[in-house]
Amino acid sequence: MKQEEINDKSRRDFLKTAAIATLATAACGSLACSCSSKQKAATGNTVKLLSPEGEIVEIDSAYLNHQEHMAIVSKLEARQGIAGKKFVMVVDLARCKNARKCITACQKWHYRPEETEWLTVKLIKDSDKGAPYWFPKQCFHCDNPPCVKVCPVDATFKRQDGLVLIDNERCIGCKFCMAACPYSTRVFNWNEPEQPLDIKNLVYSAETGLPAKVGTVEKCDFCPDRAREGLLPPCVEACPNGVFYFGDENEDTVTNGDETVSFSQLIKDRAAYRYMEELGTKPRVYYLPPKDRQFPVERGYEDLPENIKERFKDIMEEKKS
Amino acid sequence: MELNTYQQQAFEYQRPNIEKFGKRAWFWTIFYLLWIVVGGYALYLQIAKGHGVTGMRDNVVWGLFIVNFIFFIGISYAGAIIAGLLHLFRVPWGKPIIRLAQMMTIISVVVGPVFILLCVGRFDRLHHLFIYPRLQSPMTWDVLAILTYFVGSVLFLYMALIKDFAVYRDAKLNVPKWKQKLYNALSLGYRGGASQKRHLIVSQNLLAIIMIPLSIIVSSILSWIFGMTLRPGWHSTIFGPYFVLGALYSGCGVLIVAMWVYRKMYRLENYFTNRHFTYLGYIMMVLAAGYGYFTFSEYFTSWFGSERWDSEVIHKLFDPSEYGWWTLFANLAGILLPILIVAIPKTRTPGLISLSAFMMVMALWVKRYLIIVPTLETPLLPMQDTRAEYVKYTATWPEWALTFAGIATFLLFFTLMSKFVTVVPVSGLEETRTQHEQAQDILKKDKVQPA
Repeated sequence: MKQEEINDKSRRDFLKTAAIATLATAACGSLACSCSSKQKAATGNTVKLLSPEGEIVEIDSAYLNHQEHMAIVSKLEARQGIAGKKFVMVVDLARCKNARKCITACQKWHYRPEETEWLTVKLIKDSDKGAPYWFPKQCFHCDNPPCVKVCPVDATFKRQDGLVLIDNERCIGCKFCMAACPYSTRVFNWNEPEQPLDIKNLVYSAETGLPAKVGTVEKCDFCPDRAREGLLPPCVEACPNGVFYFGDENEDTVTNGDETVSFSQLIKDRAAYRYMEELGTKPRVYYLPPKDRQFPVERGYEDLPENIKERFKDIMEEKKS
Repeated sequence: MELNTYQQQAFEYQRPNIEKFGKRAWFWTIFYLLWIVVGGYALYLQIAKGHGVTGMRDNVVWGLFIVNFIFFIGISYAGAIIAGLLHLFRVPWGKPIIRLAQMMTIISVVVGPVFILLCVGRFDRLHHLFIYPRLQSPMTWDVLAILTYFVGSVLFLYMALIKDFAVYRDAKLNVPKWKQKLYNALSLGYRGGASQKRHLIVSQNLLAIIMIPLSIIVSSILSWIFGMTLRPGWHSTIFGPYFVLGALYSGCGVLIVAMWVYRKMYRLENYFTNRHFTYLGYIMMVLAAGYGYFTFSEYFTSWFGSERWDSEVIHKLFDPSEYGWWTLFANLAGILLPILIVAIPKTRTPGLISLSAFMMVMALWVKRYLIIVPTLETPLLPMQDTRAEYVKYTATWPEWALTFAGIATFLLFFTLMSKFVTVVPVSGLEETRTQHEQAQDILKKDKVQPA
C-alpha cells in the first residue's frame, strides 16, 4: 500500500468520492481516512463523510490518505461496467522480444505469487517450418465468452464495457469456467493465497480482485479500477517496446503509452487477427501479425533464468539443431 | 398382507437375514467404516489446506473425483432404466432382481454427487447454486436434474417396498422395537385392499414411465457438462447417447456382480437363478456391442478427420508411453471380454459372466478416466509450464482415499439395506418356471396319477 500526500485538487475530489464510497460500503478495515501517526498540518478544508455507523462526520482533507486497490464502486456498478466504454486491446507481435516486464508489472500490481501468472508469454510455432514468435496472452475478454456461459452462479459475468470479470465472493470454485475456456486463461487459488496483511484487509471488489480468495477462480481483468482513474493497465505501461495498445473501441483510439492511434486504422493497416477466430468466441484482443520483427526470437531466450528457459526449450533447441 | 405359499416360502427363507445382523455383516460394516474414516481425514485435509492437496491443477482442473461422479451416477441411471423396463413390461423373471436394481439406483445417486461436491473449491458457498442460479449453465441443469432424479428414484424404490413393509410388519419379526415401529410406519397402513392395490400399481407404473426418460435426460445432461465445452475429445455430438449407453452398460455389470455376491452370501440360488445370469448376460452383450460401436465411431471419426487437437488427444490415448495400455484394457475388458464370455456357450456360466461383468465395470471406470484426463492435458494453447504437476495429472493419496471411501460407502449402504429389507422382494413374487420345467411337471403328474 502506498500512502501519498494529497497535492492536487482533482485528486482530492476523486479521493472524496472514493472515501465516501468506501465508508458507505465498508464492512471492515481499509478506511480511507485514518489519522496517520505523522501529524500533518490541517488545511482547513473539511470533507463530509458517511461513517460506517451511518453518521455524517467532517474530516480535514489533510487526513485523507490515498489507497490503491480500494473498492470505489458498488457491487452493482462493478457488474455493470463503465458506461459508454468498450475496452479493447491490440498486441503487436512484431515488437515483442519476451522482455517479461509486463508479467512482472502485472504480478506486482495484482499481488500474484510467482508462476501463477495472469499474463503469460508463450512461444508459438504455427507450423513445422514456421518461425517461432513470442506471444503475450492475457484474458481475451470474449464477446461470446464460453466461461460466462457455463458459470452456474453468475460469478463470472460480461459487462457492458466489454470486460469479463469474476466475483470471488460468489464463485463456488467448481472450475467449470476453467474447463470451458479454450485459451487456458484462468487460474485457481489451490491454496490460501499469500498476500500482505493490508491487502488481505481490503474490502473486496470484483474490479480490484483483491484480496484473492482460496478455492476460487481468477484471471486477467484489464484493470478496471485503473481505467476508472484514467490509468493504463500495468502491463501496457511496463512494456519497453510498446507491444500493448489499450483503449476504447467506442472512441476508436488505442494507446501504448507512447503513441495514440486510431484503433480501426491500426487493425486495418496491420491486418490484425483474433486468436482462434474459428472458435466463435469473439475475443476483444487483436493481434498484429509478427511480420518485419524488430528482434530476433533468440533475444527473448538467451538471458532468461534457467527455470523459465526450460519452458521454451523444446522449441528453441529444436530450432538451433 | 396375505402371501401365497411360494411367497411365504421366500419370506421365511430370507427372514433370518433381516432379523439378525450377524458377525459377517458387523465385520464388513466396521471394515467399510474404517475406510470412510480414512476418507474423512483426507477430506479434512482438503478443506483445511485447500485443494492443493489433490493432484488437480490449472490445466487438469478435474480428476478422480469427476471420474467417480460419472461412474456412480451412471450406475444409478442404469438401475432406474432396468428396474423401470422390467416393471413396465411385467417381465416374469425380472421380479426377483427389481429390488436389487432399485437399491443400486438409490445408493449410487447418493454416493455419486458427493464426488462432484469434492471438486468444488468452496463448500461454504454451495447455497449460491440456489440463491444465484443461472439457467444457461449445464451445471445448473445437472443440479436440477440430479435432484429431480433423486426424488424420483427414492419414490420408485419406496413404492415397490410398501407391500413388503406390510409383510414385515405382520410377520411379527424378532427385531428391536424401533425396527418394528419403522416397518409399521413405512407400510403406511397397507392391507392389500382392492383400492390400495390399484393406487399402488398405478403409482408404480407412472413412476416407471417417468423414471426411464428421466434417466436418459439426466445422463445426457451429465455428458453435456463436457460436450458443451470447446475441448477436443469432449466437444462431440454423440456424447449424450454415448453416456446413456455407457451408463446402462456399466450398471448392468454392477447388477450382475451384486446378484452374484448376494447369491453367494445369502444362498439365494433359487431366486437369482442361472437363468438370470444368462438373461442379464445377453443384455450385457447387446449393450457391449452398442457401446463398442459408439466407442469406435468416436475414435474413428477423430482419427480420420485428424484435426490438430483431435489427433493430439487420439495420439495420447493410443500411445503406449501415455495412455495406450489403459486404452487397450478399457476396450478389451470393457467391450470384447463380455461379448466373448456370453457368446460362447461353454463360458456362459454365472461365475464367468459375473467375472467378466466385474472386469467390464473396472474397464468402464478406466474409460471415464480416459475421457476426462487426456482431454484436460491437451489445452489448445501450448502449456509451456515447468511445473510437472501442472502438465500431467497424478492423483494424490487424499483423492484415492476419498475414492475408496466412496466405494466403501456404496458397499456399506448395500450391507445395511440388505439387513433392513429382503434382497428378493417377497410380495408379488411369482414362481416362474421355464417351459421345460413345466413340461417335466406335467410328465411327473401323468406318471403319478395312473398309479
